[in-house]
Amino acid sequence: MADAVLSSDPPARRIITRPNAVRRFFQRKSTIAFLMALPLIILIFGLVIYPAFYAVYLSTLRKSMTSVAWMRNCAWLPDVICTYLPFGNMQFLFTRETFWKVVYQSCLFAITAVIFKALLGFILAHFVHNIPAKGQRKWRGMLLIPWVIPPAMSTLAWLWLFDPSYSAFNYVLTGAGFDRIPWTGDANWARFAVILVNIWVGAPFFMIMYLAALKSVPDQLYEAAAIDGANWWQRIWYVTLPMMRNIIAITALFSTIVTFANFDIVRVLTAGGPLDQTHLFATWAFKLGIEGGDIPLGASVSLFMVPILAVAAIFILRDINQRGNEA
Amino acid sequence: MTAATVTSNKGAPSRKTAYGSMSRDRTWALRWSYFFLVIFAAFFLLPPIYMFITSLKTSAEISAATNPWWVYNPTLANYAELLTKPEYLVFFRNSVVVSTFVVTITMLISIPAAFALSRMRFWGSATLATGVFLTYLVPDTLLFIPLFKMFAVFHEVTGIQLLNRWWVLLVVYPTLTVPFCTWIMIGYFASIPKELDEAAIIDGASWFQTLTRIFIPVALPGIIAATIFAFTVSWAQFLYPLAFTTSVDQLVLPVGIITTLIRGDVFAWGQIMTGALLGALPPLIIYAFLMDYYIAGLTAGATKG
Amino acid sequence: MAGVTLRNVFKRYGDVEAVRGINLDIADEEFVVLVGPSGCGKSTTLRMIAGLEDISDGDIAIDGYVVNDVPPKDRDIAMVFQNYALYPHMTVAENMSFGLRLKRYPKAEIKSRVDEAARILDIRELLERKPKALSGGQRQRVAMGRAIVRNPKVFLFDEPLSNLDAKLRVQMRTEIKKVHLKVRTTTVYVTHDQVEAMTLADRVVVMNHGLIEQIGPPNELYHHPRTRFVAGFIGSPAMNFIPAQLRATAGGLDLVVSDSIVLPVPPARVERYKGFAGQAGLVLGLRPEHITETSATMEPGVAPFAITLDVIEPMGNETLVYFTLAGEALCGRVSPNAGAADGQPMRLAANLNHMHLIDAAGMVL
Repeated sequence: MADAVLSSDPPARRIITRPNAVRRFFQRKSTIAFLMALPLIILIFGLVIYPAFYAVYLSTLRKSMTSVAWMRNCAWLPDVICTYLPFGNMQFLFTRETFWKVVYQSCLFAITAVIFKALLGFILAHFVHNIPAKGQRKWRGMLLIPWVIPPAMSTLAWLWLFDPSYSAFNYVLTGAGFDRIPWTGDANWARFAVILVNIWVGAPFFMIMYLAALKSVPDQLYEAAAIDGANWWQRIWYVTLPMMRNIIAITALFSTIVTFANFDIVRVLTAGGPLDQTHLFATWAFKLGIEGGDIPLGASVSLFMVPILAVAAIFILRDINQRGNEA
Repeated sequence: MTAATVTSNKGAPSRKTAYGSMSRDRTWALRWSYFFLVIFAAFFLLPPIYMFITSLKTSAEISAATNPWWVYNPTLANYAELLTKPEYLVFFRNSVVVSTFVVTITMLISIPAAFALSRMRFWGSATLATGVFLTYLVPDTLLFIPLFKMFAVFHEVTGIQLLNRWWVLLVVYPTLTVPFCTWIMIGYFASIPKELDEAAIIDGASWFQTLTRIFIPVALPGIIAATIFAFTVSWAQFLYPLAFTTSVDQLVLPVGIITTLIRGDVFAWGQIMTGALLGALPPLIIYAFLMDYYIAGLTAGATKG
Repeated sequence: MAGVTLRNVFKRYGDVEAVRGINLDIADEEFVVLVGPSGCGKSTTLRMIAGLEDISDGDIAIDGYVVNDVPPKDRDIAMVFQNYALYPHMTVAENMSFGLRLKRYPKAEIKSRVDEAARILDIRELLERKPKALSGGQRQRVAMGRAIVRNPKVFLFDEPLSNLDAKLRVQMRTEIKKVHLKVRTTTVYVTHDQVEAMTLADRVVVMNHGLIEQIGPPNELYHHPRTRFVAGFIGSPAMNFIPAQLRATAGGLDLVVSDSIVLPVPPARVERYKGFAGQAGLVLGLRPEHITETSATMEPGVAPFAITLDVIEPMGNETLVYFTLAGEALCGRVSPNAGAADGQPMRLAANLNHMHLIDAAGMVL
């Protein structure tokens, strides 16, 4: 059928517009696109992926082997290779009591803080969602302020609030007849303090995310549920939570990564003290690697964050990909 | 309103109670909401308010055993002293310069990259988009030690010293800002209908013109959100400047305040709080004026893309 | 202004062939509509003419020049998109002049062209508005204005009316036709709506599965479809298809639809269909308007038959009657006072002077 109406005109005139091969290559869409993305690629490979692998390499060295002169001249020496123990730093760390304290404190810090941030964020989001729409902006704006202040700055305020001799909290407590609390002096209170500050900084972020998720649940669903006879609790359980599940998961996973890798709060508030009881991987790695000058040991410590970060990242990626497929 | 009209209807007395109790429930839910919101707002605003209170006190009042929650002799002396202190002004200048440059660099890298990744497929572009997102998840605390060593080796090899120079931060901050900005810009660009760039191409626009004359203006809200993000991240960054800079004239604000003002001297707290408050002010001011963009950028990471 | 020629054009996406060898000659000033169901390759064909898709094989020429490797901007075409694709950050005037400004036309020239296009489309008072402040029909006009100011060789329309509501669609359809009469630019128009195709086109190109089924003026397609697909696609309600057998009789041919319904083929068609007697898989094609109520004076070639109606749809000026015959749901159009009623028996008359006989391969004989 297709050729039924084809006229038998002579073939159409051709004009030769073939640019030479090089120009053609640079005019190709994919080439232009690659060039536009090139700075990003260089940045990612040069300043993220390479350093990450470099950290693995560094962690296998000994402190003396990281001097630049050694790396340049002596790396090939057989006797040095004989004493080269790739897992020496790891073995050393496993024998240190402080290391296990850091593992314990990092997990305690991250798990407790994320759970409380998520709970507090969820409750707050509900309260904000509950009040009339025109007041919501004001409250939301006020409640997000802890997230906006640079954490190093706001932790300074907490440090002053927890000051051993001039604590404004202790002033209130003694005024009410309670004992003074050694906020940063006692190990358990110090742990409590860093977690509290982390919750203070992070809960507003959860609130904003959950609020956005709450707003995206169509009203008709609640109306349908109400008509089906669902009470307040059942509406949350059967409508709100399933609809928000994705956001809840992603926010919690994001926060797990950020909290687990936290540095600012502990560094400013306790600097790991008292007696290294509140060190996280990041602060301890800083203390050993930068302040102590033992780069390989510091790199080893920071690498212990990788497994947990990787697990969280895999789950986030799975969630995001799932959503991409649904869309 | 509805309740009032219905309850006035004498033909349906049973409805009256139902509607009445429902609105009473609402009222109580509202009261509880406000009650808790006030409590939480007090908790959330306490540190910045206490910063402000302390910043208005003299050293004498701070060290006195008076009520710390009240200012008996308000003074602006801390502000005056800090703003005439050369080193604090240097911190502030360094922070401003670093943040401005980082924002510019970030936008120059991430906008073209996001455009290429969302519109002009090339070999490996899908993998790269995922890679961008994964890079965003790599925390600074994992990279500061290898970066420190890399810069030291770089100095040995090339003779160019990067450590203890404020501009080393221009090299490392983009690792924190570029992945996220690229990621959210990919999301914003992807929401622009495909026909719009086709129309531009038929109208005779090159890829570059399509980007500058169509995509950037249309995705402007996203670009503002990304700019705010890049600025706040570089303003607040603490670990990298702490690790890579030490000389007083090279420090940025957060590190400067913490390393130079804290000397275990209790009487400096007025100045420390003043410094911290002034340091927190630029992000707060941006937030106050561009709150909607700020929040859009915050939620974009998980809700777009 | 210029003609467009497609020679043996293919489009492949991996193993999938979206367009499978299209040949088409569009004359200067002609209005050609590509019509077909979704996925038939009509939009792909249009996008290949525009240069938005590469051609896998074959040649496309505009004004006699092969444009296979010419980028869209150098093809001198303008395109109107289904969702209008207006630049949201520009005013109507800026939208319309964007292409001219990119080509660095003098300001006065741009202004006079925009004014002229605005006058043709009657959107002069909208020039300073942003697209967000326009209604669907106004946006459609602006999109057309953007095409007109360029004064291109060819207009390309990609389902431009699909996003409008039914009433506005009819109105804009007339509008497009009027504009074409005024500017006389060669136009290629893609739609899935056969009514749009019939009302707008000088020639309609019916496509299916990446191939052209038939090309011709609207009335020719309606009255002389060449394939079963075209017969069924053009016209609403669609043509009835009734499986039937062709049986030779003493004086001519009979169409055996069922045991009780045997329709004699009009003498004028006997010669044409004689050779197919007894062939399997034949289908009788008959438009609803050729199944009517019986009347006292029936012209030759009209055969009465009795059925039981399923449902009726009174339309006012006529009544559509639906019934089942030989397992096929069929439709007829009867006069509103013919006494048709839901579920009632009725005598209908098939006007076989307008019949189409289709073979098992789907070709109209």
